[in-house]
Amino acid sequence: MSFNYLVLTCLAYVILLFFVASAAERSAARGRAGWLRSPLVYTLSLSVYCTAWTFYGAVGYAARSGLEFMTIYLGPTLVFVGWWVILRKLVRIGRENRVTSIADMISARYGKSNLLGAIVTLLCVAAGTPYIALQLQSIAQSFTVFATDPTGVELATDRNLIAFWVAAGLALFTIAFGTRNLDANEQHPGVVIAIAVEAVVKLLALIAVGVFAVWIVAAGPGDILTRIDAQALPEWQIQPGRWTGLILLSAIAIICLPRMFQVLVVENTNDQHLATASWAFPLYLFLMSLFVLPIAVVGLEVMPAGSNPDMFVLTLPLYLGQDGLALLSFLGGFSAATSMVIVASLALATMVSNHLVVPLWLKARASRNRDTGDMRLLVLSVRRLSIALVLGLGYVYYTITGGSAALAAIGLIAFVGVAQTLPALLGALFWRGASRTGAALGLTVGAALWVYTLFLPSFGPDVFLSAQLMEQGPFGLSWLRPYGLFGVNTLDPLLHALFWSLSLNALVFCVGSFVTFPSPIERVQAALFVDIFDRSGPARSWTRPVAEAEDLLPMAQRILGVSEAQAFFSAQAELQGKTGFLPDITPEFLDALELKLSGSVGAATAHAMLAQSVGTAVVSVEDLMAVASETAQIMEYSAQLEAKSEELSRTARKLREANEMLQKLSVQKDAFLSQISHELRTPMTSIRAFSEIMMDTDAMTPEERTHFAQIIHDESIRLTRLLDDLLDLSVLEHGQVQLNLGPVLLSDLIDKAITASNSVQGDRKFRMLRSRDGESVQIITDAGRMTQVFINILSNARKYCISDDPQMQIKVRRQAQLVEVDFIDNGAGIPRDKQALIFEKFSRLTDSMQAGGAGLGLAICREIMHNLGGDISYVPGQGGAAFRVSFPLDLSAHMSTPDSHDTTPAAAE
Amino acid sequence: MGKRVLVIEDEPNISEALRFILRRDGWHVDVSADGADAMGALRRDPPDLLILDLMLPGLSGFEVLRVLRDAAQTRDLPVLMLTAKGHAADRVEAERLGVTRFMTKPFANAEVIAAVREMTQA
Repeated sequence: MSFNYLVLTCLAYVILLFFVASAAERSAARGRAGWLRSPLVYTLSLSVYCTAWTFYGAVGYAARSGLEFMTIYLGPTLVFVGWWVILRKLVRIGRENRVTSIADMISARYGKSNLLGAIVTLLCVAAGTPYIALQLQSIAQSFTVFATDPTGVELATDRNLIAFWVAAGLALFTIAFGTRNLDANEQHPGVVIAIAVEAVVKLLALIAVGVFAVWIVAAGPGDILTRIDAQALPEWQIQPGRWTGLILLSAIAIICLPRMFQVLVVENTNDQHLATASWAFPLYLFLMSLFVLPIAVVGLEVMPAGSNPDMFVLTLPLYLGQDGLALLSFLGGFSAATSMVIVASLALATMVSNHLVVPLWLKARASRNRDTGDMRLLVLSVRRLSIALVLGLGYVYYTITGGSAALAAIGLIAFVGVAQTLPALLGALFWRGASRTGAALGLTVGAALWVYTLFLPSFGPDVFLSAQLMEQGPFGLSWLRPYGLFGVNTLDPLLHALFWSLSLNALVFCVGSFVTFPSPIERVQAALFVDIFDRSGPARSWTRPVAEAEDLLPMAQRILGVSEAQAFFSAQAELQGKTGFLPDITPEFLDALELKLSGSVGAATAHAMLAQSVGTAVVSVEDLMAVASETAQIMEYSAQLEAKSEELSRTARKLREANEMLQKLSVQKDAFLSQISHELRTPMTSIRAFSEIMMDTDAMTPEERTHFAQIIHDESIRLTRLLDDLLDLSVLEHGQVQLNLGPVLLSDLIDKAITASNSVQGDRKFRMLRSRDGESVQIITDAGRMTQVFINILSNARKYCISDDPQMQIKVRRQAQLVEVDFIDNGAGIPRDKQALIFEKFSRLTDSMQAGGAGLGLAICREIMHNLGGDISYVPGQGGAAFRVSFPLDLSAHMSTPDSHDTTPAAAE
Repeated sequence: MGKRVLVIEDEPNISEALRFILRRDGWHVDVSADGADAMGALRRDPPDLLILDLMLPGLSGFEVLRVLRDAAQTRDLPVLMLTAKGHAADRVEAERLGVTRFMTKPFANAEVIAAVREMTQA
């Protein structure tokens, strides 16, 4: 038979599968999936358990180890017949929680822990990759068998190339039907129906070969039995320990294998199907196993010595010239391998994308921006990539190991790996106390032991683990040998690994769960999972209208607002063709109302509220959890609102303060203008009155005339000085003053000021007490302005000091870069309650015009000193009036240092 | 002996000017710079006319006026109030307190004399 013919047959078969799968997808999309969702298809899809390993390898297994191969069928049979309860619970929980994979199931049960999901995913990928490689190997091998001509010379075929194209083709198929859409249920009718078809093909093929062997090659069942007896099959005797272990292992595998979980739980549409499967699947397995032993016996007898018993199913008809039967057998093996690869890569890709890639991607993205757009395309792309990745890994594994190990061995190693998920899975179903920490620790310990005692050694000595380590244990610790942990040397490696990994896994899981306390969400999930049958399923649609629209309207009004709720109700009524405001309570109306309400209060709350009002659905724990999380979100919003409103009231307070300040300033401005008016009008009154007197008085003595003219003159000068002071003050206050800085001796300034102020009440004798030494300080400042300040203080003293023997003490003190000059007279001083006022504008303590000023002097002094980088203050308790003038030694240096701004005009009040 | 006028004004130049023009018009002029000091004399021996500055040290012109209007012997005393502040509100307040005439500084001498005459003739 030509190689090309074989390839064409394969292609035709695959195209047929494509056709069946897309037809199934189409009718599912049209909602006519009745026969697709039948118990029969479900049962056949479970046959994905029977891989190329079962198809080809079981015969090899029987040829090598006798009846032991039966364990692989007995385990699942026991589960389907005896552990029906577990399966039913598993399926129900999986469907109700829309579980997408075994990793998702364990993650969901233990508080939606992504860590657990990631651990299970990694474990399953590690165990699944060799298994996928095994299928690729068997396909490549079966191609080679065909391509070998009868003389035993292999034709020009490259096994790796075959494996590559098979892997690529399967990746395409899986992507086409496994990632068509992103359904919340994660169900793939196209894939399932293709698997079912393949299940039929592989069963028919195996039975055909078996019938050929029993009735054509041998002379019927009786003849076979004699031949079996005649054959000295090795390990013929049943070893109870090993049998128990293997049955247990395959029983675990039927639940825990990712691909089995996929078809058993994820693709399940109705848990009643399990009832059919509970007898139909064991029957299928029975039929699959029925002819294994006869084929093995006949093969061992007929085939030349040294033939690979793993390939008897294919080589026996080929050897006996039955090309057609051989082709059917080839297609059966092809079906077994491809169905496994398709479902396994689909399941693993779902896990990889959901528990590894997407969480990492979201985390990376969340740190960049918070935009959450449409995730569908992303998830689909990631899943497609993951399928390619998983198959790629399988292909790489195949090329590296080169198909050295026996087929069956790889399958069992994978079984032990995925068996590590069993404790966590059973805990999820039956033990409320199981905790996330316990599950994570158990899984980690189990996985580590599996890797150490089975997975790594399976590559052979000196690949990952050195031969020395295998023999003597790490660091010479013999009790840590991979095949002899804790001195247990009697078990064979597989059972040894199974025993230690599973028992320590379970122990750590239990202890970990006992000593840790589950989080609230874990406990809720535990209740949801463990007590799944204690409550009716969450009825997410409205079936039994009980409430009246009158009851629902007030609730809707509270949430939507009166007018909007009424508008919504009457629009709905109109939609139903009713007149009036109230619609009938139909399921459609309730759905629309729920949607409308969920826009305001969130989906879960809306559902829970309607459920309470309508009285049809029980509010589930899940609903309550959703409500709680929505409430938490609302609380956060309200906290944000509170913060906002606090901010607003702060702003309002600031505005109010600013407004008060402005009003105060306005009042101050009015008072200031009023003061100026008074100060200007007063001298003008005298001037006008006396000039009128001089104009209209004929008889006036020369003395009177001179006196009046003198008054007019004095008042004019007073007016001028007032205007000068006002302008000066304005310039100083706005910091626009031009300073003429220069070095000057402080004593010179004081001399000048004393001389200038002597004219004020010049008849009074004022004694000056000075310290020439203290005053001989060289300062850099505006000499004119500084003198103005000194003159003002000295003039005030001459005006107001009432002592009979008036004296003025001038004290100079230097503190680093600061100079202080105190002017202390021996008068009455300034009353305590006035001390704060004296530097304000127009504050004249005596209110008497005899002082001659307008009350701006000290205000000007203060502004000058601020401009000079210093200050002037009143020093109480010095006996008389005491003013302290302080200023920097070097104003030019002072102005260039930035931290001096506290004394600059801008900062002065 | 002509009629008597009391001038309460703290600004000496202004009170001197008022004294001059009133005397020239035939008045007997007394001057006080402080409202509180003047109160005793006002009660004991009320003049025919009072010229009162608004801004005074101690008692303000308003306070002096209020006290005068509260006492029987000065209730009808003609009072000419002078102010340099020029606030409209001050005039309203003064009229509320019962001022006879209200003038702002600076004033024309002739106006003061005319007002004084008018007030004492009425």
